[in-house]
Amino acid sequence: MTERVLLDPTGERAPVRRGRAARPSSLDGKVIGLLDISKPRGDIFLGRLAEVLETRGHRVVRFRKPTYTKPAPPEVRRAVREGCDVIVEGLAD
Amino acid sequence: MPELPEGLIAVVKQDCPTCRLIVPVLGELRAAGAPLTIFTQDDPAFPPGLSPVDDSALGASWSLAIETVPTLLRVEQHRVTSRTEGWQREAWERVSGVGGLGAGLPAHRPGCGSRTLEPAVRDVLATRAVEAGETPLRARPIALGELEDPIETAFARGWSDGLPVVPPTPARVLRMLEGTTRAPAEVVAVVPPDYAACTVEKVAINAVMAGCLPEYLPVVIAAVEAACTDAFNIHGVLATTYFVGPMVIVNGPVARAIGMNSGVNVLGQGTRANATIGRALQLVIRNVGGGRPGEVDRATFGHPGKYTFCFAEDEAGSPWEPLSVERGLAPGTSAVTLFAAEGPRAIVDQRSRTVESLAASYAACLRTVPHPKLVGGCDVVLAVSPEHGRLLREAEWSKAHLREELVRRLMLPGAEVVQGAGGIAEGMPETFRAGTWPKFAPENLLVVHAGGSAGLFSAIIPGWIGRGGSQPVTREVKP
Repeated sequence: MTERVLLDPTGERAPVRRGRAARPSSLDGKVIGLLDISKPRGDIFLGRLAEVLETRGHRVVRFRKPTYTKPAPPEVRRAVREGCDVIVEGLAD
Repeated sequence: MPELPEGLIAVVKQDCPTCRLIVPVLGELRAAGAPLTIFTQDDPAFPPGLSPVDDSALGASWSLAIETVPTLLRVEQHRVTSRTEGWQREAWERVSGVGGLGAGLPAHRPGCGSRTLEPAVRDVLATRAVEAGETPLRARPIALGELEDPIETAFARGWSDGLPVVPPTPARVLRMLEGTTRAPAEVVAVVPPDYAACTVEKVAINAVMAGCLPEYLPVVIAAVEAACTDAFNIHGVLATTYFVGPMVIVNGPVARAIGMNSGVNVLGQGTRANATIGRALQLVIRNVGGGRPGEVDRATFGHPGKYTFCFAEDEAGSPWEPLSVERGLAPGTSAVTLFAAEGPRAIVDQRSRTVESLAASYAACLRTVPHPKLVGGCDVVLAVSPEHGRLLREAEWSKAHLREELVRRLMLPGAEVVQGAGGIAEGMPETFRAGTWPKFAPENLLVVHAGGSAGLFSAIIPGWIGRGGSQPVTREVKP
C-alpha cells in the first residue's frame, strides 16, 4: 500500500501547504527561548546570542534537549510551549 | 494510455496456465492475418516468437480495465467494441472473426487474475492515475514527504475526530467509490457550517478515513443527505451548547446485508458497520462542513456518541412495523433515520409482568427527560428490548397504543412543574400553573425495537431540548 499521496477530505478552503505560525511584528515584551539541541558548541553560540539579546533588554530563557539524535522529549516540548513566546534553535555544529 | 491500437488486443501473462495454453491460438490469429497486438504483463518475452508488447508497467492493462488474463478485445475507431475473458473458443471466434481456433484445446478454461488487481500493484496504479489526472477523482491530491507518517499527517491537518483515521489514498477512495452507482462528482448535500458542496467523492474520502467498507457507502451518503436537510438542521445540532449529535438508525435489507448490529450491545462498540458509518458522517461534517468542536460546535459536554452513533433496528424480532415504515417508506425499503441524540439512558424494569406496569415504568423514567419539571420540550427515541417487547407483543399493544399510554401517564399538573415548585427554580412559566400539561405529544416519541435477547431493560435516547430545532428525518438508502 502506497500512502505517498492522500486525497483532501475537506471543503478545500484552506491552501494545501500549511502556513508557518504567524511571526511577531516586534520582539518587545516577548520572552525569547534559546534551544540547545546538544550539538557541540551550540551552547557557545546560544550563550553569545543570549548576551546580545539581554544587552538589548530582552528576557531570555534557555532550554536543552538531552540529545540531538532524538526528537525533544515531551517535557522539553511542554517547557518550550509554556515558557517562551519565540524560539531560536541551534541546529548545526 | 493515449492511443489504442486498432484491431485485436490480447492481454496475457506468462504466470497464467491458461495464457500459456492459448499461445497456439495467438499464433493462429497472427497466421490468419488478423491485426493483433499482444500486451504481456510479466515476462516481456512471452509469448515467444509473437513479438509481444511489454506491459509490465501495466499502463495498457489499467487503461483497458483488465480484470482477467487472457482477455481478448476488439478495438474499432479507438473504442473497445467487444471483449472476452479467459479462454472460450466460441467467444474468441466471435470477437476475432476467425474460425477453427485452438483445435485440440479444451472448449473453455477460466483465466487468472490480472496483475492490475494485485493489491499493492493496484494501489501504485491508482496513485499514478490520480496524479496524471486520469481518474474521475477531483479532490486535491496532497503529496506527503518521504518521512511523513500519513496517520500523523491526518492529525496535524485537523482531519481527525481524535482517533487515528485510515489514510485516504487514491486506491482506497477508488475502491470505496465502487460501493455506489452514483458519479463521484455528484453533489450529495451542502454541508454547514461552511456550506460547502459535498460530492460523492468527498463522502467516499471521509468514509475511507472512518474505516468503512465500500458497501457501507450508500448508507453514509443517505445519512449525509438527511443530516443536511433544513428539517434535521445539522448546523443547529452542531452549534448548540446542548449535548446532542447526529444518531443514525438503519432499517431495511441493507442493515443485514452489510452486517449491522441490532442485537447484543447494539449501542456499544465492536461492529464495524455501526462504528464506521456514524463516524463517517461526523467526519464529513468536520472536514467538508468545517464543523469542529470549540469553533462552531459549542457543546458544553457533548457525549461519546458524537464519535459515532449508528445502529440497526431489530426488525425480525419486533412486535411492530419498522421505524422507517411507520415514517412513510414502503416495507423492504432500506432507510436511515437521523435523530439529534443525547447519550442513551437505562430503563430498568425487571418486575413488571403486565404491560400497564411496564408502561408506568417507562413513563416514570421518561419524566426526567430532560428535567422532571420541563414539559413539551423534546423528542425521544425509546428503544424497547426483546424481553420488554415480548410483554408488549403478548398484550398486542401497537406502537400507537404504547405512545397513547405514555402520553396519558405523563399529563403533569401545572402546580408541580412551574418555576419554584418543589423548591426548584427550574420549571415552566407561571402561566402553566392552572391545568395539566402533556410532557410529550405522541409524535415526540419514536419507538424502535433493538438490543440483546437477555435483559429486562429498555433505553431512552433523548433528543434536543427546544423542539423545532431539529426534527427526525428519514431517507431511503439508494445504491
